[in-house]
Amino acid sequence: MIDEMYIRGVQVNYYFVCKTKLWLFSHNVGMENESDAVKLGKLIHRSVFDRDEKEIRIGPIAIDAVRKGDVVEIREVKKSRAFEKASYYQLLYYLYYLSKLGIRAVGKLSYPKQRKNVEVILDESSAREMESVLDDIPRVVNGEMPRPVYKKHCRKCAYFEFCFT
Amino acid sequence: MRRKNFYIVSDGKLKRKENTIYFENEEGRRPIPISAIYAIYALGSLTVTSKALSYLAKEGVCVHFFNRYGFYEGSFYPRESLVSGEVVVRQAEHYLDRDKRLYLAKAFVEGSIMNMARVLRKNGEDDTEVISALQALSEAEKIDEVMGAEAIARNAYYSKFDTILKNMKFERRSRQPPENEANAMISFGNSLLYSAVLSEIYHTQLHPAISFLHEPLERRFSLALDIAELFKPVIVDRLVFNLVNRKVVTESDFDDRFNGVLLNENGRKKFVKAFNERLEKTVKHRKLKRNVSYQRLIRLECYKLVKHILNAEKYRPFVMWW
Repeated sequence: MIDEMYIRGVQVNYYFVCKTKLWLFSHNVGMENESDAVKLGKLIHRSVFDRDEKEIRIGPIAIDAVRKGDVVEIREVKKSRAFEKASYYQLLYYLYYLSKLGIRAVGKLSYPKQRKNVEVILDESSAREMESVLDDIPRVVNGEMPRPVYKKHCRKCAYFEFCFT
Repeated sequence: MRRKNFYIVSDGKLKRKENTIYFENEEGRRPIPISAIYAIYALGSLTVTSKALSYLAKEGVCVHFFNRYGFYEGSFYPRESLVSGEVVVRQAEHYLDRDKRLYLAKAFVEGSIMNMARVLRKNGEDDTEVISALQALSEAEKIDEVMGAEAIARNAYYSKFDTILKNMKFERRSRQPPENEANAMISFGNSLLYSAVLSEIYHTQLHPAISFLHEPLERRFSLALDIAELFKPVIVDRLVFNLVNRKVVTESDFDDRFNGVLLNENGRKKFVKAFNERLEKTVKHRKLKRNVSYQRLIRLECYKLVKHILNAEKYRPFVMWW
């Protein structure tokens, strides 16, 4: 299972944000980060979790922060709650991936700017949901580039000009 | 901070000290913070240290070199950070496939013709002859014929220049060397534009040497030549009309000691300043519904090409809408 699964966390995230973005990112058509939003995200990421170990890489996943109490806790740090569903599944994917390696963990979505944390737990039904998402991602990526569809959040996206010119 | 183009007209040296690039000469030392540089145009005699170059490369800054006559010499095109094998392979496919290549070559010429016509109309001139070249274009079945249609349009277009230009003679298009002042300005403007287009290509996944209208077999970054065709009338020619008719650039800004006529240092300074103002000038984009600079319009053209070769949206050339 693990061998076949080489899906990155951010791809799971983009799957819920925008299929076009998922496709472009997966085909290395990236945009240079010229936006202040991206810079702010990176800055928060760097400055908030100084005390913890961070950016642990296991295969295709990079976990934001790990803390060992009696359970492993992994955290995903986000700038805002705008894409909560996408962040939820991204974190759920990490939990799912770790569970396949035999590691039980709980997740916490962190919004430092809002001083807010959300618990994420992997159970049987959420694991099944995750599996169907993981089946669908390669289908999107291996197909033709999905036509951009305008949504409200597009104007803030780095791909905005690319998609809509 | 928005990155800017830097034009270095005087002679001197570019070096790096810590995280700043310095330009220095007898007149002193001027710091240029790296995060403020988008691209550098070296028009004087410039010495660059390898430390400065490697720092510029790391930050993805292109440096374009011109000789002391203002002719384009070459570019420092740093290793790319945006690389997509898929885009390059598909771009090559659009060159190798005869019909696909013809489609893009025609699109560039169509846009170029439409823009020439726009410029004529904006200057109160008749554009029927230029527009009629579209007929030859639509019948073209080979790249030569596409080029031929472009030449027909361009001749008709240039034939109006002497009525548009108030204080200078144009007569005919001449280059290497330009025979008169107007031609000297057009040549210089075109090489600045070529460099500006190249900088935009650098910031995308497009390969600069795979082109469709021009032959990629040329040594140059020929994709920049293709895209520049669309913008020459809009950016360069309009700028030349403007500078000449408002008497910003006059005969004293040229030098004819050589085997032709060229802008002198003072003339180049004036031209470069006005050229950059053009690049930074904004227009309201109809689809994006936001203001974009002329320079950004070039980038958008690159994005449209990427989408075309990825089969996401058929490429339609930029035509001035204002």
